[in-house]
Amino acid sequence: MELSEEQIHRYSRHIILREVGGKGQKKLLSAKVLIVGAGGLGCPVGYYLAAAGVGTLGIVDDDVVELSNLQRQIAHNTQRLGMSKAESAKQTFEALNPDVQVLPIKTRLSKDNVLELFRDYDIIVDGSDNFPTRYLVNDACVFLRKPLVSGAILRFEGQVSTILPYDGHCYRCLFESPPPPGLVPSCQEAGVLGVLPGVVGGLQATEVLKLILGQGQVLRNTLLIYNALNVSFRKVRVPRNPQCPICGEAPSITELMDYEQGYCQMG
Amino acid sequence: MRLRINGQLMEASALTVAELLRELGIEPRAVAVEVNLSIVPKKDYQVFRLKEGDTVEIVSFVGGG
Repeated sequence: MELSEEQIHRYSRHIILREVGGKGQKKLLSAKVLIVGAGGLGCPVGYYLAAAGVGTLGIVDDDVVELSNLQRQIAHNTQRLGMSKAESAKQTFEALNPDVQVLPIKTRLSKDNVLELFRDYDIIVDGSDNFPTRYLVNDACVFLRKPLVSGAILRFEGQVSTILPYDGHCYRCLFESPPPPGLVPSCQEAGVLGVLPGVVGGLQATEVLKLILGQGQVLRNTLLIYNALNVSFRKVRVPRNPQCPICGEAPSITELMDYEQGYCQMG
Repeated sequence: MRLRINGQLMEASALTVAELLRELGIEPRAVAVEVNLSIVPKKDYQVFRLKEGDTVEIVSFVGGG
């Protein structure tokens, strides 16, 4: 693949970076990234990856745009109320950059479809907003040995981590199993500062670009915790857990499972 | 005893992870706890003994997106 003149112009600020160059830009254009959730996190992640020229973006979301989403979900707008979020995201990202092919996947992930959906992608991004999906995404990525850039938000706090299965920690190394339903509130129940997913999603998009480019260090064996109120970034080291139920020495989880929903809606 | 909890030096009277969480008013089922870079399994919170100078990380479940 050769870059067209227009592409050289569009990506010029990337191409002059030694860590990217024409070669790196071509890597971005041929990369395939799947984003789970076109909500608070999925919107900025997809927006920046589209702008960066990541060639194929899959977006999984079975929800529709609601008025209360628009305080933070910046790929959607007031004219699109009621439209599928995956479709709305496709329109926004492809309008920004026609080099990018966005595949809207209007379905809910389950143990029966997740492996098939993930298989063709290089990197998975978790921007879901419920624990059953988070565990399913982690488990599927471990089984497929696929890099996962995980992000989560609530109120004023965000968490980001990059999971390289068997080469670093996984979500279950730290959080062995989901909290009991109802114990940890959702954004719908507890609120979220509208800009918070912008910061956290920006960090996730940065992790994705570094993985594709093979540059810098990613948040492997690390959980980054951002607190918007006191402007703190805390890195917690999370080594692989030998007792991890899925990637540990004697795993008890050997197949995918769907936890009961009962936390909150996706997106 | 002096512990480093989430990066801050603190004085705690708790002897176990379960007691520490109680002392800090933290719901044990809503967090993961790491002591000196090893995850403490939930079932061990009652028996896992803390010692002077331990580095404790208490990480909350955050699931929103």
